[in-house]
Parts: sequence; structure tokens; C-alpha cells
Amino acid sequence: MKKLLSLLLVICLVASMTMLVSCGDKDNDNGKDNTGDGDNNKGKNNEKDDEKPTSFPAISKENLKIGVIHIGDPADGSGYSYTHDLGIQGMQRNLGLSDNQIVRKLNVDDGDTTAIRTAIEECITDGCNLIFGTSYGYMQPMNDLAKQFPEVLFSHGTGYMSNDYNFNNYFGRIYQARYLAGIAAGLKATQGGKVGYVSAYGTELAETCSGINAFALGVQSVNPTAVVYVKSLSSWYDPGMETACANSLIDMGCEVIAQHCDTANPQIAAQTSGVFGCGYNSNMTPQAPNAHLTAPIWNWDVYYTTAAQAAIDGKFSEMGNYYGGLKEGFVDVSPLSDNCVEGTQDKIDAVKALIITGEWDVFSGVKLSFDENGALVKTDADLKDNQGKVIVATGGASVADSVLQGSMNYFVAGVDLK
Amino acid sequence: MSALIAYLFAAIARSTPLLMGTTGEIMTEKGGSLNLGVEGMMAVGAITGYLAAVTFDNLLLGIVASFIGAALCGLLYAFLTVTLQSNQNVTGIALSTFGVALYKFIGNRMTQWDGGFPVASKFPHLTGVLRIQGIPVLRDIPYVGPLLFSHNLLVYFAVCVSVLCWLYIFKTKNGLKLRAVGENPSAADAAGVNVGRYRYIHDIIGGGICGIGGLYLGLVTNGSWNESWINGTGWIAVALVIFANWNPLIAIFGSFFFGMLQELTVRKGNLVEEFPGLSFLNDIPDDFYNLLPFAFTALVLILAGVLKRKNAEPSGLGLNYFREER
Repeated sequence: MKKLLSLLLVICLVASMTMLVSCGDKDNDNGKDNTGDGDNNKGKNNEKDDEKPTSFPAISKENLKIGVIHIGDPADGSGYSYTHDLGIQGMQRNLGLSDNQIVRKLNVDDGDTTAIRTAIEECITDGCNLIFGTSYGYMQPMNDLAKQFPEVLFSHGTGYMSNDYNFNNYFGRIYQARYLAGIAAGLKATQGGKVGYVSAYGTELAETCSGINAFALGVQSVNPTAVVYVKSLSSWYDPGMETACANSLIDMGCEVIAQHCDTANPQIAAQTSGVFGCGYNSNMTPQAPNAHLTAPIWNWDVYYTTAAQAAIDGKFSEMGNYYGGLKEGFVDVSPLSDNCVEGTQDKIDAVKALIITGEWDVFSGVKLSFDENGALVKTDADLKDNQGKVIVATGGASVADSVLQGSMNYFVAGVDLK
Repeated sequence: MSALIAYLFAAIARSTPLLMGTTGEIMTEKGGSLNLGVEGMMAVGAITGYLAAVTFDNLLLGIVASFIGAALCGLLYAFLTVTLQSNQNVTGIALSTFGVALYKFIGNRMTQWDGGFPVASKFPHLTGVLRIQGIPVLRDIPYVGPLLFSHNLLVYFAVCVSVLCWLYIFKTKNGLKLRAVGENPSAADAAGVNVGRYRYIHDIIGGGICGIGGLYLGLVTNGSWNESWINGTGWIAVALVIFANWNPLIAIFGSFFFGMLQELTVRKGNLVEEFPGLSFLNDIPDDFYNLLPFAFTALVLILAGVLKRKNAEPSGLGLNYFREER
């Protein structure tokens, strides 16, 4: 009897399991079908649009509502979120939008997919039809949500994903501004030619590594034997470590401390120890008046205005990805402080003119230097990495595209990671 | 040699806020109050002290204000746990959240005022005092001078406070009574010690000392506004109390050890350059170094649980004393 019962039980168990498994499969299939249908529907919509061009329709200025997702709080008064929000405010002024046409989500952790999705979905519920995501980590959720909400425009900063309909990527050629800041730093580091650089990451990310390289090349244009020593934080935001790294570079004898991190702490450390520095993101002269030279800065309002205007004109899809540089005024260096060496401005202006006209760009086989009269000299020379490998042969064209594609992963000669 | 000295020097500077937090928490815990709100008290002390220091352009007033600000948090804790008999752990955690939030609230409001959040380096007298490096004659001694005698004044202040606390707890009559309150409040009560008053006083003093650690982080480590002045220092301090066996003298070395761990990430490259034998340090990923202080904290907690050093941990720690329940 017992045996029979247990056999029955086992049969029941096996049967229920197979049913469960098959149900699961069905669910999965259904799921696939659903997404498939969704895609098909979208395809159909697109087909309809295909008869007209596949382009996101215009949003009237009154109906435009913009959502901004910040990783921090603009109230910090300097740094990343602050400068982005200045850009949003500038766009608002430029286009004459009212305050209730802009929704801000603050302190959205860029590693927390749920938080990111919630913040964006809240914006959409609020009626936003153009969403700006300012931090790298928002990329994947925004990519997914762009499929889910084809009636909303998504614009993500500092990443590489996009579609050609309602999701684009924006970033800038900040390396151009870093080269200019490097000139100011190189002119200042005349004692031992040691320049320090506190960076969030090293060669792991093209964004940080290209910044370091451009800065180093800028330093070398006026100070050929100078070495740029890099300390990597392995974090985008760690104020205590930023100070510690700056102090260790100063202990090594660095005369100028540049940075690719969020707070002004490296500049303050430079001021405390009586050396100089180049900030980042915003003009950091107010934080370290006796130390700061100039900072590579973003004029985010240039892009935000362009993007919002494109949405109003129905040209968002047409605009596609956006990579502005010095030419567009999207990046620049902050006004030089009194700490800079005399003649710095002229040299920076000369190089800036070359970049703006498109005659020359940073990562090319043409090296810039200045003769004793301060005139710009172009020499053809190999661009080598710090292992001696040739990256660009003499006279070759700039490999700046590897910055935008995120494939740059070496340090140029004269950079030393500590 | 210079890289090694620079490394140890930086570790000492880095350990100062930890030392203050640990010493303050030892004062509190010796009386039987397990105040987990160190992070919050440091945050409040940091912001009150910083604002006073820049308002009056005076470091001493900054120290006083950071002490008062954090001491008020200690008072709040004592009121809740001693008078109202609320659960100590919960109150401590609430205090930590509250303190950090208050710090962010004040700081973020300040940034919106005219001129923004004041930057410490703009205040000549304050920075002048902070820039005094050590003790004139002693700092010229080779090796020892640059390592031990050329720090800013707050570092020496912190060590002095720790030594004084040790003297107070272990060498004075009041310290004996305090330990009695922590070990066995009923017995202390029977012997005529006012348990409630002792806990009140030492919660307040301990909190105040933690606050000075916060001031160090605000004024020396950062120097301008951001939301992460404290950044977990308070929590490491709570663990360091166990590491230091509830002894402020051991805390000096314990916090120095943690300072060394924190500085290792930053300085390993320089150390390897001077001592090529250490080149394996460069092969370890940065993330590993970043987790070291926390890994050691966990290790210490495990060891403390396994070893059960009975003589060190106050037996009455974490338990409220209610006379009618004796």
C-alpha cells in the first residue's frame, strides 16, 4: 500500500514538474511573442513613418517638457551636476521655457537600474517628452526605455548607445580643452618638469585616458621634457581619496596638479601646499584662488539648447549623436587666473585657432611647439605611447575618433601611472 | 626612504579623524552606552565646527563649536536611552542617519546663499594656524622629525585628547566609577554612583570628541563643500573601538594602522619605486585596496566575537539601566 502511495506521489510530482516546466516555456514563448509583437507594431509604425521619413515628429514649444536625471545635486555649487544644471538653465533661458517645463531628478545612483528606471518613468508620467540622462551608468536603462516609450525622446550623455529614432548620445571633445589647460600647466612647471594628475580611472576608460594624454601633449608642447604622473582613484567620486592622491603627487615634487574628478579637493590641496593646479568641470579659481590656473570646462547649454531646439523643429532624429568641441563652443577652458605665466593666453589662443579651423587636432602625427618669440611651430613627428609603440606615424591624421568610440586605451609617451 | 616617510606621514594624518571618533566612542561605551551614531555625530560636529571656524576665522572656536554640536547629539542620545529608556542600537542608528541628513541639509542650503559655501582657504588666520607644521626644533631631526613632528596642530591635539582620555578612564577615581557603571550598573548604583548622570555626561563628552574628528575631515581633508566629508569614517571608528580593546592608547595605533591601509592605494606606486621588492603591490587591483579597511573591520568583528575578550568589553554595554528592574 505504502509503495503504491509513494509511487503515486512520485508520479504526481513528476507530472506537476513537467507541467510547470512546460508552463514556464509557454510563458517565455509568450514573452518573446509579446516583445516580437511590440517590435512588429513598432515596425508597422515605422513603416507608416517610412512613407514619410523615419523621423521623430516635432514637439511644439508649449508642449515640450524636459526631464533631467542628475547623479548628484546641483546645489553642491561646483562640479559635475552643477555644471550640467547650469547648462539646463542656460537652455531654458535661450528658448524661453517656463520653470514647470523642466523636471529634475537628483541623486539618482548611476549603478542602480531600478532607481534610474523609476526616476525616468516618473518624468514620463509627469508628461516629459525629452529626457536628458547625464551620467554614464544611465545608458543601458535609457536604451531599454527608449524602445518601451517610442513617444518620448531620450538623450544620454557620455556613453555610446543610440538608435536613429528617439535615442541619441551626446559627448564632447573635452580633450581639446585639456590640451589647452596642459599648455598653462607646462608653462608653470619649470622647476623639475613634474606635473601631477588625479584621475578617476586610468587606461580602463577612453574618457579618462584620452584626457590624460591630451593634457600631457599640451604640457609637452611648451615643456618637452616634462612628465605627467597619474594617480588613479578607481572611482568617480571620493573626496577623501582625491585629497590623498593630490598630496601624494605633491610629495613626489609635482608643481602643478591637474584633475579628472568631481570635487575641488585636489586644487585645495595644491593651494595648501603652495603649488598650482588645473581643475575640471567648472572654474575652480574661487575654491583655490592662489593655486588654480585654468580648468577645462563644458558649456552644456550649447548642447541642451541645440537638442531642445531640434526637438521643437522635429529634427531630433536627423541630428543624431552629438560630439561638439571647441569649434561649437561646447568645451573650453575657464578664464586664466593671475597665477598663469605671462604669455599663456597667447599660446592657448594660437592652438585654439588651429583646432577651431580644423587645421590640426590633438592626437595626430603633427607636434606643436613654440619658438623663442612665442610663435607656433608645427613639426611632423610620431605619436608614441609610453611603451614606445607608434600610434600615429609622422604626419598622420588624428586618431581622435578612438576617443569618441571609446577604444583609446594607452598612455602617450611622457605619462607615468603611479 | 623618503617615499616610506611620506607614506607613514600621510597615514598619521589620515588616521586623525578616525582616532577622534574612536576615542569619543570609547568614552561613551565605557559607561555602557553603545552609541552607533558616531557617523552622524561627526557629521554634525563637522558642519557646526567648520561654519564657526570660518565665521570667526579661528580654529579654536571651530573646535569648540564642533564639540558643542556633536555633544548636543550625544545629549539627545542620552535623553532617549537613559531617560526614555529606548533601545540603544536603534537610537544610535537613527542618530547616525539624522546627523548625516542634518549636515547635508545645512551644507546644501548654504551653497544657495550669496557667495556660496565658504571655502576654508580664504580665511587667512585659520589657514595660517592650520599651516603651522609641527614643532620647530624637533621637526629638523632626520627621519623622526618629518614623520612625527611636522603635522598640523589638530593631529597633536587628537593624540593629546586620546592620552588624556586614557588617563581619565584608567587612572582617576571618576574613571573607575565610569567603568563600574559600564560593567555593572546595579552594583555601581548600590555603591552610590548616579548611573544616569554618569551615562549622560560621558555620552555628551564622547559625542563632542567625535565631532572634532568631523571638523578635521571638513577643514583639513576637504576644505570646501561636498556631501561626503565623513564618508563612512564613523562606522570604521565604531569597529576600531573593538579593535582597540576599549583602550584609547591602543586606539592611537589602531587608527594609524587603518590610516596605513587607506593610504596604501594612493602611495603603493611610490613605495614600489623605492623598494622594488614590493612590486607585487602593483599587481593587485585597486579595488582590493579599497576594500581592505572594511575587510579588516569585518575581521576584527569576527575575531572579537570568537575571542570574547571578557575583561575589555563593558559587560553592561548596550543595556539600559532601569533601577526598578534590579
